[in-house]
Amino acid sequence: MSEPLLTVENLKTQFFTEEGTVRAVDGVNFEVNEGELVGLVGESGAGKSVAAQSIMRLVEEPGRIVDGTVTFDGKKLVDIEETPDGRMEESDEMLSNREMREQVRGREIAIVFQDPMESLNPVFKVGAQLREFIELNRGVNESEAKTIAVDMLREVGIPEPEARYDDYPHEFSGGMRQRVLIAMALACEPRLIIADEPTTALDVTVEGQILDLVSDLQERYDTAFLWVTHDMGVVAEICDRVNVMYLGEVIEEAEVDDLFHDTKHPYTEALLRSMPRPDRSVESLDPIKGVMPEAINPPSGCRFHTRCPEAREACKEFHPEYQDVSDADEAPHAVSCIKYERVGYEDSDPLQTEATGAFAGGLADMRGDDDGRDPAGVPGGEADE
Amino acid sequence: MSEADGTGALGTGAGGTDDDTILSVQGLTKHFSQSDGMLSALFDEPPVRAVEDVSFDVKRGETLGLVGESGCGKSTLARTILRLVDPTDGAVYFEGDNLAELSGSNLRERRRDLQMIFQDPQSSLDPRMKVGPIVEEPMKAHGLYKGEREERARELLEKVGLDPHHYNRYPHQFSGGQRQRINLARALSVNPDFIVCDEPVSALDVSIQAQVLNTMQELQDEFGLTYLFIAHDLSVIRHISDRVAVMYLGKLVELAETEELFEHPEHPYTKALLDSIPVPDPRSEGARSVLEGDVPSPIEPPSGCRFRTRCPRLIQPDEFSMDSDTWKAVREFARAVDRRTFEADDRAAVRAEFFPDGTPSGRAGTVVDDALDRVADDEWEDAAEQLISTFADASICATEEPSYSVDPTIGDGEHFAACHLHRDDVEAPAPADD
Repeated sequence: MSEPLLTVENLKTQFFTEEGTVRAVDGVNFEVNEGELVGLVGESGAGKSVAAQSIMRLVEEPGRIVDGTVTFDGKKLVDIEETPDGRMEESDEMLSNREMREQVRGREIAIVFQDPMESLNPVFKVGAQLREFIELNRGVNESEAKTIAVDMLREVGIPEPEARYDDYPHEFSGGMRQRVLIAMALACEPRLIIADEPTTALDVTVEGQILDLVSDLQERYDTAFLWVTHDMGVVAEICDRVNVMYLGEVIEEAEVDDLFHDTKHPYTEALLRSMPRPDRSVESLDPIKGVMPEAINPPSGCRFHTRCPEAREACKEFHPEYQDVSDADEAPHAVSCIKYERVGYEDSDPLQTEATGAFAGGLADMRGDDDGRDPAGVPGGEADE
Repeated sequence: MSEADGTGALGTGAGGTDDDTILSVQGLTKHFSQSDGMLSALFDEPPVRAVEDVSFDVKRGETLGLVGESGCGKSTLARTILRLVDPTDGAVYFEGDNLAELSGSNLRERRRDLQMIFQDPQSSLDPRMKVGPIVEEPMKAHGLYKGEREERARELLEKVGLDPHHYNRYPHQFSGGQRQRINLARALSVNPDFIVCDEPVSALDVSIQAQVLNTMQELQDEFGLTYLFIAHDLSVIRHISDRVAVMYLGKLVELAETEELFEHPEHPYTKALLDSIPVPDPRSEGARSVLEGDVPSPIEPPSGCRFRTRCPRLIQPDEFSMDSDTWKAVREFARAVDRRTFEADDRAAVRAEFFPDGTPSGRAGTVVDDALDRVADDEWEDAAEQLISTFADASICATEEPSYSVDPTIGDGEHFAACHLHRDDVEAPAPADD
């Protein structure tokens, strides 16, 4: 296989807050190939959006990318190395801010955010915003840019594009605004589009329209997508390959069919079990116990051990290695769980937690989402917001 | 309500005195005026018809799911039922009393039995109040349980799965899922019979969602509660509901038992809605039919069936007898012209695109050919108007309001579907239409 379009290696992004260092993204590895639709899925607080922003170097204070390499088409978007005296510094190869702005963002990699109203300027007309973007990034004059803009609007299914060109963002519905942003992302024919929960704010029928549009456009332009979402339904619908994140780490990566039907990581499995299904009746839901712990002070060993139904004593001690566990003739399937390592999982005693059923039937069982919380509860509570 | 065959009303008649029925909504309508300034007297602006002539019953102990897209009026319906806003028309019978007519202390008294839980667990809790007093507040308001309020609050916190020792904490010290549990405890504090839950889990993560849903079901069993459960997420609705009502643009389009509705939807809108949910399984083969266009404005909703402007099964007017493929081509052409979704530089190309098998014969063909001419001459509006008036406005879908009761395939509960396809004299069009 040829070189991946985007390679993310050991990416670490941290937020330096008064309460401590939040390790939002903590050593993440994944790749996106040319023309591929890759999912990055996880619950809120898993670090998926921060990972996406780190690729574009859009992380804001107090956040900072502290380690790792992001390579896009041979260019180093992020490249942080340890200097001989032990400090982490940007290497010479890493693009400057100016190069990022002029060569990468918008032209090579575009990003679509969740809330289309926040991405469009409410005081400028939609068409003018789109036209300006095309003018700047494609080096065409105003009238050419306008023609391209109208074509793009038609392309993404805006009715009467000539008339709607002169409308303001508030005159568009949510779905239409998201279409405009997709038009904007596509206008410069980038090779990669990062879509950060682009359909989450939309109604299900509108979401369906957008997903169809994306599959269509992806086929036509052969654009690669990194699709950030919390919705396993969307993942199943459109992605080729999926990365599952939990508390700052990618814990499983597989082709979409394998992820759903040959699930390896207990978290992915628990997540799939906890979802109500639209296509069949589920008698009782099996929720994941507890809430995601805070990234300021992640659990030792495997980060999921506090909520994992299969956790054993060894899980507290060993940080699992993220490795490919597929057979030689299968598609790669990476997972980080010590079940697949030889570190004594089999001989270890089950952990006495609520998640492993140790207190089943008791009061603790009722108290589902109270686990893993600091008893004083002071800055707590935001974990699943 | 215009009823084609007189079986549409789901209410049990005046008073709703059926023992099984806890709440009976009859012809409930809510219009909002667009302005209430001095000038509104001069310029008579049409109202926003948020909820129009909605009737249904809720049985004691059941969960009735109410589903629809944003703007369909489901939250307004809930608020109108609880008299948080006054209805424009219609009646809401709760255990025999018409809530729409109660006033003052009677209404206040009755409200004790009806509680509500809102979507955003953050903004529905006062950040400056401790959790205990929050739970006690409704008891105070109704003058109940004097002297034992704190004890009861602690007990309720435990019931909803929180630690009773959290009595003295503030809402910000809890996670989203826990805050929704506080809301549950508060709603339960006055021992209600009926709780309206407006998107109670949609702000929560999947794993937390399941925890809260499970608790809600446990509480329902323990306290014999009846839920009206509003959500836009069909998976959640399917999981929690006994029966499901579907709303579109202010009207009820379908109501049936959960299994029946999900497995045998009888309204094209319900079908489209079900088809468009992404299923969390890459192997699920469902040809997804995606609805075109946007929801029309509730200020001037379409006549007859409100879904007809987007309906993939719109019935052709009686004067035509095209086969289903031709009718489909005509319908799609009319809508494409109306929405201007294509460029018409070349008449032959447009004709080939929409009518690969040729245009229809007879008057339908004449109208289509004429529209093709006009589109090629850039007279879009004239073309659209003529197509719509000939093909859409003459359809029974536009002239009569549908309201039918269908024989259920699963179970024996009532199955209401507001769609003229269930008129006896209409043969079901080929399923290839979807």
